[in-house]
Amino acid sequence: MSGSDVVLPKIQPLSEKPKSAGISWHLSADFLFHKTAVFAAFLVAGALFATVIAIAYDSRTSIHVFGIWGFLKSSDWNPVTQTFGAFPFIISTLISSAIAMVLGVPVSFGVAVFIAEIAPAWIKKPVATAIELLAAIPSIVYGLWGLVVFAPVFAKIEPWINDKLGAIPGIGLLFQGPPMGIGMLTAGIVLAIMILPYMSSIMRDVFLIVPSSLRESAYAMGATTWEVAWNIILPYTRSAVVGGIFLGLGRALGETMAVTFVIGNSNVLSASLLMPGATIPSVLANEFAEATTKLYVSSLIYLGLILIAVTLAVRFCAVLLIRRLGRKEGAAA
Amino acid sequence: MSSDRPQGYSLASVAVPAKSHDVAEPVVACPLPVKIAARNINFYYGKFHAIKGVSLEISQNRVTAFIGPSGCGKSTLLRVFNRMYDLYPGQRVEGEVILDGENILTLKSIGPLRARIGMVFQKPTPFPMSIYENIAFGVRLYEKLPRSEMDDRVEHTLNKAGLWNEVKDKLSQSGLGLSGGQQQRLCIARALAVSPEVLLLDEPCSALDPISTAKIEELLFELKENWTVVIVTHNMQQAARSSDFTAFLLEGQLIEYQPTRKLFTTPSDPRTEAYITGRFG
Amino acid sequence: MMMSVYVRRRSVDVTSKILMGAATLVGVFFLFWILWTTLRFGLAGMHWDLFIKDTPPPGTNAFGLRNAFVGSLILLAVSLLIGIPVGLMGGTWLAEYGFRGPTANAVRFINDIMLSAPSIEIGLFVYAIMVAPMGHFSALSGSVALAILMIPIIVRTTDEMLSLVGSDMREAAIALGAPAWVVITKVTWKAARAGILTGILIGLARITGETAPLLFTVLNNQFFSGNLFHAMANVPVVIFQFALSPYANWQQMAWAAAFITILFVLALSLIARWFLGKVQVPK
Repeated sequence: MSGSDVVLPKIQPLSEKPKSAGISWHLSADFLFHKTAVFAAFLVAGALFATVIAIAYDSRTSIHVFGIWGFLKSSDWNPVTQTFGAFPFIISTLISSAIAMVLGVPVSFGVAVFIAEIAPAWIKKPVATAIELLAAIPSIVYGLWGLVVFAPVFAKIEPWINDKLGAIPGIGLLFQGPPMGIGMLTAGIVLAIMILPYMSSIMRDVFLIVPSSLRESAYAMGATTWEVAWNIILPYTRSAVVGGIFLGLGRALGETMAVTFVIGNSNVLSASLLMPGATIPSVLANEFAEATTKLYVSSLIYLGLILIAVTLAVRFCAVLLIRRLGRKEGAAA
Repeated sequence: MSSDRPQGYSLASVAVPAKSHDVAEPVVACPLPVKIAARNINFYYGKFHAIKGVSLEISQNRVTAFIGPSGCGKSTLLRVFNRMYDLYPGQRVEGEVILDGENILTLKSIGPLRARIGMVFQKPTPFPMSIYENIAFGVRLYEKLPRSEMDDRVEHTLNKAGLWNEVKDKLSQSGLGLSGGQQQRLCIARALAVSPEVLLLDEPCSALDPISTAKIEELLFELKENWTVVIVTHNMQQAARSSDFTAFLLEGQLIEYQPTRKLFTTPSDPRTEAYITGRFG
Repeated sequence: MMMSVYVRRRSVDVTSKILMGAATLVGVFFLFWILWTTLRFGLAGMHWDLFIKDTPPPGTNAFGLRNAFVGSLILLAVSLLIGIPVGLMGGTWLAEYGFRGPTANAVRFINDIMLSAPSIEIGLFVYAIMVAPMGHFSALSGSVALAILMIPIIVRTTDEMLSLVGSDMREAAIALGAPAWVVITKVTWKAARAGILTGILIGLARITGETAPLLFTVLNNQFFSGNLFHAMANVPVVIFQFALSPYANWQQMAWAAAFITILFVLALSLIARWFLGKVQVPK
């Protein structure tokens, strides 16, 4: 080998110290970096469980006094006598969210189809941006607007609702009462506007992942835009669309500030949607700072626990349904 | 170098002139030191057996090419030499790879190994930083150089990669702004800057235009003065033009390993002949 | 016969298109209505004293929001200080260490659920773990609540953006012998930085106007305070309290504060969108 005409680079055994002493420090830095990342991921995942546990723990005084069924079905919420029941708030929360869904879901679907399928290219982007900016408006501004601007306008429409819908036998009961402008129906409408961008952007996103071959073959057969949207795109994306609706529902159930401003804050349940009510979040926002006794605070947190139980179930379904489409896509790819 | 070679293809054995027409081969005129010796390599992607008992030796200061149809295991074999497979939990290797007398497959710390064996990939992969920083990135992993020495190193390696004249006025600009061929030469320079002994090139020209490809092939010729080069290519002309030795792989097996001229003129295996004459792959 | 089917289908199509266009108009209409209202009332409430004087006591005719603005900036800064490291590292773990494994997917799932958590629940949580044990409201607990709201957003965008970075680039850095933390901090973070920054901006926009969690954590302070361990004035809670007050000047201040908040949030959202449009992850 000594006779070789090639210049041998000097050889350094790998098991010896490398060219610099930097490697061992790299290894420990690597270890630290990895563990920090693991810890952060653990915090992210742990926060969900910690939320449930901490709120359940702080409700214990109230759970102990009122039990579970007793609290859920009692309509008596009286800080003076220290008796607390969740029933009116649960019902109001469900009703205001139901109104929001009835109004918001069709509109969201329409917006999503319009942006994904109908709108000409030049209008697509500004309209999509405008709808998404609705989500950027802080909920307190919705509340302020709802109370100061929308409620007086709505109060002028309410007599008409009284006349027309209130006259219908049966459901007429839902539309009676003085025209105050604030109440369950107002809260439902404001909620519908608030959740519109969330639902429509999810629907639009999933509409866009429908394979264009599917879309094109339907159009090639002479299908109209509506037929493609309703018979091809919607069935293909159904689970994610329902997931998006659930996501909107989760938002509506937990929305606090906007509802607090416009629902009227009455702890008495009324049959009419035009009358004031109070949802779980609104009663929390209104009364928490004033709650003086331990049982009062604990009962409010207990309300929060009920809210968490419901929204968690809704959000769980939402994420599950939205992800299902992603898996279907992954399998197809 | 190693006297007790196991079964498999050894350059020494093919290099010994057995037939008269081999005498003219310049590459076998002198005994060649072996840089890397792979012994009985088996490689698995999960359950898939991708390389089946390959043994071969890579000569120092020569360009060795791996050719074969896609899926034959040529890239996989290359990635064994710097243990890239370590990144992926499902991938597993058996056998030995001896680099200058040490089995690299059993090394605990692979940082130093990768300093000695540089790699360039199919797609140019400039990092999202300036041209200068792209080169300095690797150097800083191993050495703490004062600014002036680092400047020299950057200039030197860019020169080696034939890129200096094209980029000397825009060292502070992003490496992503270069053309594809320039990006690939930047990646070669980046690998050279760490002063490796071996350079692995995994289809370095497959994403490049013919002119850039020609420049890189030219570069290969100069690189072997100082480095041992192993190149994987799907382009037979490229292997024929720029390598000294060529290994032909098929379905995870080493079919033939010869001095390049011999392999392309008088292959000893009918499958090699079928491949180089374009009957499959 | 065939023509009548066709006519019916066409009319259904046209009707549906009109209805869906109308739905979109409704959405856009409400956006402009709300923005116009905020602009009108907000500009009417604008006053130089808002920025140089503190919130006035009830019954006086003075203006001032200085303590609330400063308080909100402190709250946001501290939440960023908590949220960015946790979110960035959490997202980095998902993309760089967890990959598509079962643990990482479980964390992604939980993170998605946290992403849609009603802010009031987070407020109650932080009340339970910080305010109640400490015995009083504090700015720090408010920042923690806001950080918890922001973290899932940062985690998700970081995860997605890092996953877009091609494995080629990662391999190239590793082939140079770079250890994982150097590859991540010097190469992949850099490659994905525009996207990660967008996530942080979106997260910041989300928490800027948040009010509900602050009611349980920071509450409010009529006076100027920079103490993280005490109640601190802040814009959202001031809007809430002033808007529902009977004093005209307080209501005006609530609108002015809402106007400035909305300007800030919309600017953040638009910058984030613009940034996202520029995201070009090197593969």
